[in-house]
Parts: sequence; C-alpha cells; structure tokens
Amino acid sequence: MTSPLQQKIKITGPSVVTANRTTDGVVIYRTATNGWSTDLADAAIVREAEPARALLAAATADDVGAVGAYIAPVEIGADGAVAPGNLREKIRRDGVTIALPVRA
Amino acid sequence: MPLVKNGQIAADDFVAVADDAELPAAGPVLISATRLLADPERLVARNSPLGVVWPNNRDVAELKPWLDRLALIALVFPTYKDGRAHSQARRLREVYGYRGELRATGQVLRDQFTFLVRNGFDALDVKKEADAHAFREATHRYTEFYQPTGDGHRSALQLRRQRHLTSAS
Amino acid sequence: MYAYDEIDRAIVHERVDEFRDQVRRRLNGELTEDEFKPLRLMNGVYLQLHAYMFRVAIPYGTLSSEQLRKLAHVARTYDRGYGHFTTRQNIQFNWIALADLPDALAELAEVGIHAMQTSGNCTRNVTADQWAGVAPGEIEDPRVWAEILRQHTALHPEFSFLPRKFKFAITASDHDRAAIKIHDIGLKLVRNDAGETGFEVLVGGGLGRSPFIGRTIKSFVKGHDILSYIEAILRVYNQYGRRDNIYKARIKILVHELGIEKFAAEVEQAWSEIADGPLTLDDEMIEDIRSRFIYPAYEKLPAEPDELRAAAGDARFEAWRGNSVAPHRQDGYAIVTLSLKPAGGPPGDATAEQMDAVADLADKYSFGEIRVGHEQNLVLPHVAKRDLPALWAALDKLGLATPNVGLVSDIIACPGLDYCSLANARSIPIAQELSRRFANPETAALIGRLHINISGCINACGHHHVGHIGILGVEKNGEEFYQITIGGRADEGAELGVLIGPAVPYGEVADVIEDIVEAYLSLRQRPDELFVDAVKRLGVEPFKERVYATR
Ligand code: HEM
Ligand code: SF4
Repeated sequence: MTSPLQQKIKITGPSVVTANRTTDGVVIYRTATNGWSTDLADAAIVREAEPARALLAAATADDVGAVGAYIAPVEIGADGAVAPGNLREKIRRDGVTIALPVRA
Repeated sequence: MPLVKNGQIAADDFVAVADDAELPAAGPVLISATRLLADPERLVARNSPLGVVWPNNRDVAELKPWLDRLALIALVFPTYKDGRAHSQARRLREVYGYRGELRATGQVLRDQFTFLVRNGFDALDVKKEADAHAFREATHRYTEFYQPTGDGHRSALQLRRQRHLTSAS
Repeated sequence: MYAYDEIDRAIVHERVDEFRDQVRRRLNGELTEDEFKPLRLMNGVYLQLHAYMFRVAIPYGTLSSEQLRKLAHVARTYDRGYGHFTTRQNIQFNWIALADLPDALAELAEVGIHAMQTSGNCTRNVTADQWAGVAPGEIEDPRVWAEILRQHTALHPEFSFLPRKFKFAITASDHDRAAIKIHDIGLKLVRNDAGETGFEVLVGGGLGRSPFIGRTIKSFVKGHDILSYIEAILRVYNQYGRRDNIYKARIKILVHELGIEKFAAEVEQAWSEIADGPLTLDDEMIEDIRSRFIYPAYEKLPAEPDELRAAAGDARFEAWRGNSVAPHRQDGYAIVTLSLKPAGGPPGDATAEQMDAVADLADKYSFGEIRVGHEQNLVLPHVAKRDLPALWAALDKLGLATPNVGLVSDIIACPGLDYCSLANARSIPIAQELSRRFANPETAALIGRLHINISGCINACGHHHVGHIGILGVEKNGEEFYQITIGGRADEGAELGVLIGPAVPYGEVADVIEDIVEAYLSLRQRPDELFVDAVKRLGVEPFKERVYATR
C-alpha cells in the first residue's frame, strides 16, 4: 500500500487528521499539541494542503499509538463548533445509526 | 542483515557479483538467473561453489538440469506478503530433489520462519537483528503440523493413521 | 460434531501463544502496523470504523452448546454483549480491544474454537451446507471432508501468503445450500460409476468487483486424491495469480484470463508432480477423522407424534412449523431453523443471552448441537418432532421464532457503513426498514421464497449479486445511493442479478423494493411461480418499468 503521505493531498475545506487508537481501536483526532484526543473538539484544524501534510506526517510517525491516520473533512459551525464533514465521519464520532441489540 | 544458516547466525561466504562485473578467479559467488542461463555449462563447471538468485516469477523447473551443480539458490520475497517463493522452495526440495543451500532473501521476518523452514529453506537472510536471535524460539513454537512437507515432521494425518492402526490391532 | 484430539488442541493453543506474542510486539513497537496488519488479519482481526472487529471461525457451521456458551461469554466479557453471524459461518464481535484479544482467544481455544485465517490472503474458513449430516439424500456427511480440508489448510506453510483470499465451500446435496458456485473452490461430494466417493471440483467463483460463477475444473476427483489435487490448484494460483492489482488477484481472474481449459492443464501438470505423494489419503486417515465426529443416538420415534397433532390448532405454531421446520433424514426428527431476522432487527445479530438460551435449548432438544447457515440464521439440527411445540414456545419467548425463513424479510446484509471502514453506504437500516414493511407473516407467505441481499460496497459481503433482489450501496456526491439488481441466485442454478436501472437514494429503497414485489405479485403466472422464476421468464423490463415509470 502506498503510504498516505505519498498520495496527493487535496483538501477542499477545514479538515482534521483522525485515526484509531492501537490498543483498542477507539477513534482519535490529532491535536495541535502533537497528541491525540477522543474528542473532535480538541482536533487541530487545517485548511491547506501543506499544514495538512505536516499534521498527517506527525500523526503517521506515531506508529505505535495510532493506526491508519488520514485526513477527514469537518464543518465549522457559526459558533465555531467542529462537526464531522460527512456521514462516515459522523458515524465514527457518534457511533452506529442503529439501536444496538444491547446497551453500550 | 544477519544470515541464519541451519539455525545459527553465520557468515555469508558467497560474494554477490553484478551481471557486468568480472567473476573472481576463485571463491563462492552468487550470480543472477540471467547470467547463469546465458552460459550455464561454463559457469557450473567453475571450480568454486556457485549460487544463483532466482526471481519469484520464473519457473524453477528451468533450473532442473543444473540443480546438482548449484551450491546455493537464493529465492526472493520482495515483501513477505508475496508468497510465491514458498511454492518455488517446495518444488525445488520436494519435487526436484535439490539438496544445496536454499536461502530466503528480501523481507524475511520472524513470523514467517516456521513456514520457511517447513518449505525447505535452510538459510534465511533475516531483515532484523532481533529476529535472527529469536530464531530458535520462533521455529519451536509449534510441536504439531497438519501438512506433510519435506521437513521430516510427521503430519497429523500420518500420526493418526499410525494411531488408528495400532488401536485397531 | 468433531471432537478435537491432542494434536488439534496443541495447534490451537500454540497459535494463541504465537498471536499473544505478536500482539505484544505490536503494542511495544517491535512490529510496525504494516508488518502487523497481515498477521492480525490472519487471525481474524480487522479495524472497523469504531473499533477492532474480531472474526471467529465456525468451521462448516457446526457448534456444540459448550462452544456457543463460550461465544456468549466472549461477547459479554470482551465485547458489548452481542455477536454477528456472517454469511461464511463465522461470528464477528465489533468492539473488542486489541490488548484483550489474546485472552479471548485463549478462552475460545479451551473449547476448540479458533480464529485462524478468518481474514487475510490465505485459505479461509471451510464452509458447508448447514444441514450437512442431517439432510435427507446426502451421499455422506460432507463435514468429514470439510474437517480434513480445515486441517490441511490451517497454517499451511506454502499458502499463507496467496495473491488474495481463498474460500472453500462443500456440499453433498443436489440442492446447494452452501453456495459452492460463488467460492474460489466449490466441492460437491459425488459417487462415480464404480461406487467410489469423490468430488466434482469447481473453481473460480466469487463476487466482489468482478463477479464470476465457478466452473467445473474436474468432474471427478477421488476422495483419496482431494488434498493433492487442491494443493495443485493452490500451487498454480500462488505462482501465477496476479499480484499487481488487488482487484484482479482472486483466482477467478486467473481462471478467466487463462480460460478454464488452460488453467485445468496447468493444474494437471502441477498435480502430476505431487499426486501419489504424502498427501494421498488412505482409508485409515479418513476413518480416524470420521471417528471423531459424534453423532446423536436417535430414538425410534413416530413420524406424527401426538404432541404435533395437539398443537396443530395453534395458528402461530403452525405458521412457524410450516416455515422453519424441515425434514430430517431420521424418522421422527426435524431440522429447525432459528430466524435471526426479527422485524426491525439487524440481520444475523444475537445477544449473549440469546446464545446462552439457544445453547440450553440445544442441550434439551438437539443433542447439544447447533448449526450456523450462510443465510445468517441458526439451526437446531436434531429435534424430535414431539418436542417441536415446546421448543417453539421457548424460541418465541426469545424472539427467535419469526416465521420468515427463506422469505422476503429473511434478509442477508453486511455490516455496511454503520461498522465497516470500506463501506459506501449503510446496509443494516435498509434491512431493518424492509423487514418492518414486510413484517406481516401472511403477506410474506403470500409472496413466497424471495431472498434479498444487501452489501454496503462492491466487495459484496452481503452477496448482493446473487440475491433474488440485490441491493448495493454506492456513493453519489457524498450521499448514500443504492443499485438494485434482480434475478440473481446462489444455489445450484447460480446466476448473477441484472441491474434494473439508475441507483436510488437511501430514502426510496424500501418503496422501490415494494414496487418490485407488487409487480411480481401481479405478473406471476401462478402463486407458486417464485420471484426468481418470474424474472427469468419475463426479464427485467416489466419490473424496471414499474419502478421507474413514476420516478
Ligand atoms: C469489517 C467488516 C468487513 C470487511 C472490512 C470486509 C472486507 C471484505 C472485502 C475487502 C472483500 C472482497 C474481497 C475480494 O473480492 O477480494 C470481502 C468479501 C466478502 N465478505 Fe467481507 N468484509 C467484512 C465483513 C463481512 C461480513 C460481516 C460478512 C458476512 C456477512 C462478509 C462476507 C464476505 C463474503 C462472503 C465475501 C466474498 C464475496 C466474494 O466472493 O467476493 N464480510 N469482504
Ligand atoms: S460489502 Fe463492503 S460495506 Fe459491506 S462489509 Fe463488505 S466491505 Fe464492508
């Protein structure tokens, strides 16, 4: 597989870098302080290809902590709140859209 | 990249010689398949051990006429996920009876050691130092095997056949 | 049921230790994700959207009650209290932590369950007819052979890094319930004129991006030769299967590009090098495996017990019996299917409590044995007919007696975008909506046999190509759309469905399916002309017209 860094980075709007945590697979977002958070609100927002590449490069370098980092679109509300930019990312943040057979 | 031969970390006696370079007058050499097949008669007649690097997309049956004159065949794993050389190894050992050194090269990692040894490799050009040192542990993890290969282990079916016959008698 | 001997137990435990060591090295950084990924996949560990997913093999779909209880235990202890039964006789847990996996595996190993090769580019779980050994008219129990294959393909040193995944399915019945024609290798147990047992071998079936129906490569291979013959097929594939393009790497593409004759000739050549070698089976080897299968001690029971006659007045019981109970090879017994497709439920999911309860019912009514079928339902394979009313009452309480087996609401669906990182669109909510629309048992019975299959992307895990109605999720400008095919089937007459027209948006799928079903009801010649047969006779046009006329 080509590494995400070798692929052309094209972003069309505000974006974040997200991945899954290695130990348990939980969804995480790359923060501006070179760490990870499970809360999208903590994510570093990038708007151009170069900063996006840098953020992704730093995220990918943490091979022990995170799996499969990639750039994902977000939407910034009028109040500045960060929301997932598509259905997939929404499901990753909020969970399945169906009722689970048992309570989580 | 340490070489593990018959379970021991060992020095590599073979010198790899590029296609356009002069062969040394003596000493073990490792050449490409192209070079070997360009002039096999003369090369195998050379008085020092001869080894060949055989690509994983070329039929090993082509080597049949020279097998007993080759001291080393090096098969290639460009990544460990490309398993073609596993089949080449078994054919060389079990079908064509090759007895010389069979060396795995490329991305050779600890988690494939058992498979490699079962398929007839006796030399591994190991990628990571730590893996080379873990050879014994990695190849002694399993005590039983389902498949018969040329490695001398009795397969589960053979053991059970024995058991079935003894319990019946 | 196959009972492990000390050799099987040793291998499964040693595999757990190996995986524990691999996880340890991943978590401490000795293995990169690139190095680890194929290793975890080969032990059934995927990464989905929210968490790791863990796929456990249920070889040829046979489980003991003890094993099912252990699966329930794993669901409860390491996951969120439920599991998902898949189309390939596996169970998946959706929320498991990598760090916990070795312990979960070790617990499963205690009861002879493993996750070996439930994913990755290797030989996968060997699947079989879920009625194997109990269906009337079989030549012999194909599971004996499936177990021989399972063992032979487990940790195979030569074939663990194939160009792509490789799936076997096996049946011994004329009616194919194992979908052998859409497997890389399909095996049909047959007997030749000399009375010898052997196999018709099919090769090159598969769905995904380029679907193919398998072709017969050899019409008879003796049972004794089956391992060497299969070794030859795999050896040819391992050397010549394409590795330059993941979408062209399955054996179906190699067979297609070479042509079946040329491919067969390559296999014959490879076979000639190894036939009569150590892979040749002898009767003692086969007997040893056969002797480890435990068969129930059936009683002599009446075909029409009083209990059944007494219950016949209960319309709900009768509807269930007519739908979910099938003839058994043994007089006085029946095969009972447990629908995991309640109206509005996610297809194929079962809670830990349901699994425990089914295990108890299996002990009470089915000699402790359970089967899993590719339709994502469970089966109790040996139920005395006199026990049917009591069993029904218990199942009904558990929500496992929906009388919709084989009907329109018995939907096969993949996890789709709710779980799967490869998905374009959701599958489960579509299935849920459809099962609500067709929840009325009388309507469903009126419609008759109709299989709906849903996949959330072209990988076709929900077998949409071979659904009588197939629904495939695609993405259009960031929205979920669905392509609809009709006329596919997965049985001995396997065929790929035909697209009826442009994809429709999420909100319209259920309406479109209702239109198709209504069109069928008005177009069928007789009430017993099945949906697929009507499509075959009429082609897609009349259905297409009905669907798109008003859209
Ligand atoms: C996270 C979940 C899953 C992932 C990532 C996944 C991935 C894939 C991929 C990539 C393929 C295509 C392989 C190829 O054609 O080379 C495939 C095929 C398949 N999957 Fe899944 N799958 C998942 C879950 C499931 C489930 C839940 C089922 C059963 C309900 C399933 C059953 C199948 C089957 C039967 C095929 C074979 C189709 C064929 O013959 O090409 N998968 N899967
Ligand atoms: S068909 Fe696609 S969406 Fe569905 S499980 Fe398979 S890979 Fe995922």
